[in-house]
Amino acid sequence: MTSVVFWVLAPLAVVSGFMVFRFNSMARATFALLISFLASGGLLIWLGLAYLGTVVILMMVMEMVIMAVFMVAYMMNPAGLMPMSMVHNRRGSLAISVAAFALLAAGIFVTPWPHRAGAPPRDATFALGEALMGPQMLTMITLGFTLFATMVGAVVLATHRGRYDRFGDDLKRRPPADPARGGVGQ
Amino acid sequence: MLQLFLLLASALFAIGLYGALSQQSIVMIMMGLELMLNGVTVAAGGFWHYLAPASVAGQVIVVVVVVAMAVEMAMGFAVTTAIFRARDVDMADMAADLKR
Repeated sequence: MTSVVFWVLAPLAVVSGFMVFRFNSMARATFALLISFLASGGLLIWLGLAYLGTVVILMMVMEMVIMAVFMVAYMMNPAGLMPMSMVHNRRGSLAISVAAFALLAAGIFVTPWPHRAGAPPRDATFALGEALMGPQMLTMITLGFTLFATMVGAVVLATHRGRYDRFGDDLKRRPPADPARGGVGQ
Repeated sequence: MLQLFLLLASALFAIGLYGALSQQSIVMIMMGLELMLNGVTVAAGGFWHYLAPASVAGQVIVVVVVVAMAVEMAMGFAVTTAIFRARDVDMADMAADLKR
């Protein structure tokens, strides 16, 4: 049973991941990536990481839906109706990725892996929560600050009214070209 | 079985690397990066299950990678939005100012 689950989900993850860069349609590519993530999340659940596997699945479903929206918004050919090449240096990229895979695979089979030490806890999710609220608190705080900084940075980058819009490319425009009057000094 | 999991992770990483290097569209490059991180998640899960299930470190690594995915996605879309708004560009080759 265990190997059946692996041999169903693992090829599905790899093939759908590969198809991401083969489809002409960006929407299809997005959903191929989603299938790859679902298969990976399924494997995590099968390994006993029920919580993390579920988080990966839920997060990726939302992420891929958002990605599809961004694709339709920004890309010139999201549906792939006009087949066009949007790649560069395909041979070089292929060579580098095949070499990376060969190197990793060689390392996997050459390394003398240690034996399994210990047994999984009765409730892996509880153990994770306990660690994040205890010995791994610093990790959790760092992740929290990182996510907060990301939110601030993303909003600053994506906002329409930035300093370059107001003051020009050389930041010398006076008075600034504000869409509406108001604010400090006006 | 650990080797099979690591092989799967390597394959996902290599496919993602190919995408990140070969694609011109910024959104497709982000997809490649996501696939690479997906490989790291699978490898961390395999390490946890087959080498050190008693330790919680493997699970923590998965949490860190999931957060890295979220950060990459959010910042990637923010950069895409900024550059698209400034220049109507959604291809990496058209935003190569730092090359000069």
